[in-house]
Amino acid sequence: MRAFWLLLFCVISALFCPVASAEFTAIDTPSDGGGSVTLCWSAYDFVGSSAADTLTIYRRNVGSIAWKLIAVAALSDESHLDDSVADGKPYEYMIVARGGDSSSNLYAGPVSASAQWYNAHRTTVLIGTLVCVLTLVAVTLLSRRNKPFYIRPIKGLEAVDEAVGRATEMGKPVLFTPGWGGDIQRPTTIAALNILRYVAAKTAEYRCDLYFPTHDPVIMAAAEEVVRESYIEQGQADMYNADNVFYTSSSQLGYAAAVDGVVSRYKPAAIFLLGTFEGEALILAETGNSVGAMQVAGTDSTIQLSFFMVACDFTLIGEELFAASGYLTKDAKILSSVKVQDFLKIAIVALLFAGAIMVTFGSNTLAEWIGRT
Amino acid sequence: MPLAVCFLAGVFGLVQYFSPHPMVVSTYSTLLDWVQIIFAFTLIVGVLSVFQMHFKRISRRERFWGFSIITLMAIVVMAVAGFAGGTDSGSVFVWMFDNMQVPMQSTVFALLAFFVASAAYRGFRLRNVEAGILLATALVIMLGRIPVGELIGDFVPASAEWILNVPSMAAKRAVLIGIGLGSITTALRVILGIERSYLGRN
Repeated sequence: MRAFWLLLFCVISALFCPVASAEFTAIDTPSDGGGSVTLCWSAYDFVGSSAADTLTIYRRNVGSIAWKLIAVAALSDESHLDDSVADGKPYEYMIVARGGDSSSNLYAGPVSASAQWYNAHRTTVLIGTLVCVLTLVAVTLLSRRNKPFYIRPIKGLEAVDEAVGRATEMGKPVLFTPGWGGDIQRPTTIAALNILRYVAAKTAEYRCDLYFPTHDPVIMAAAEEVVRESYIEQGQADMYNADNVFYTSSSQLGYAAAVDGVVSRYKPAAIFLLGTFEGEALILAETGNSVGAMQVAGTDSTIQLSFFMVACDFTLIGEELFAASGYLTKDAKILSSVKVQDFLKIAIVALLFAGAIMVTFGSNTLAEWIGRT
Repeated sequence: MPLAVCFLAGVFGLVQYFSPHPMVVSTYSTLLDWVQIIFAFTLIVGVLSVFQMHFKRISRRERFWGFSIITLMAIVVMAVAGFAGGTDSGSVFVWMFDNMQVPMQSTVFALLAFFVASAAYRGFRLRNVEAGILLATALVIMLGRIPVGELIGDFVPASAEWILNVPSMAAKRAVLIGIGLGSITTALRVILGIERSYLGRN
């Protein structure tokens, strides 16, 4: 009976005690995809190494006699990542510090590497994501009971009707292009397609031509669907021309030259530059300005935004582009998600203030916690 | 069905960010490969669309049909040169790329210099107080970036740096925060099926 309790005590001790002495530990690297072991030692507790400044690290398989040299590390590093191990296989480690005539060996192990399902370093991001998702769901559910949320007037979006009407009166087409910098995966492109849907409905209603050149065939396919459905909803299915939604070139300047060619030849009265733009932004905007078109622009690039503000009549700044869908359709669920952006912004500003105050009084806790990814 | 596929793909894309497990990483890598394959096939669709559109213009003698002939000839010639002669250094394909496409791209890019000047002229005109502030700020920044600014005094480049690092950076970060939040809510709307406009539906 006494032997049983002694054995139980040893097992519990082995479970909760480090696998080696306090000076040297070897653990399965946490929050990784496996294949690595982290070795830790303390420079101050290293016995007999007063003149040593480097450590030689050895490894062997459990049951094997021969040690294999795997690394040489500085004593002051106090840790080393061994990423050349196989998962599930137990290893033992030895570190040797030599200084003057003396040397000191420490041992750790057995330890096995394994893959983890969750990366704990990204807990901060997970909390932020959950806050966003839960806030969106809660506000969307609340919006069903209350009247739609109010959004301040956005001049760029209010100008959409005016721009399409202007094109109709002048007998000229409308041009809409989503820029070269993004593909269908970007939320900015999705936001642009949302606005395209509204613009296409307006051009169908006013019986005005709409051209949609793009650099990405996937965006072309999505835009074809959007424009066709808009025309069908307006009862103008016969007006829909598939050739007006076309692929130009995947090359940035080839795309810019193609769009400039369309603008110069067809002289649209309204141009919508909405999406992700790179260096071609000002080329397109200035060409549109040269033909006297009314231009509405919006992008998620802060650099190109400044060019658009100078060259275009209306510019959607930052999140105004993403609010367009709810603003134009007045859909309660989408408007509620726009309001979620405001609530999250308040939370971010509160965190910024809290962090600034804490740093002013010498505490980096919040900054370090948020910065840990 | 599209909404279900979008939901599952979106949720997996979100979950994989938090999991380093090789099974999750390899699945995500496979999905990205599928995206590349789909893009390659849609590229074929895009090229066929270009051919179809320009053929129609040529056959109907629509406005500017001459440019359509040049476009189709350029596509065919480059493709034939690439397939027949290869794309190694010294080949016809590379010669045409280096001596025709690159100069044309450089020409289009060079337009940017003139467009910047014309946009700056229009944007910095002294129409009101805001335009005046913009003009003064632009002047300080431009002087701070050239040697003349240093000749005037050390305060010119220092002022330019302060404007770029403090008020300009603050505004840029504010816009980026808004863009980030907008991107998050747009992506969540798409994943949760609240936003369906990209499918062409309400």
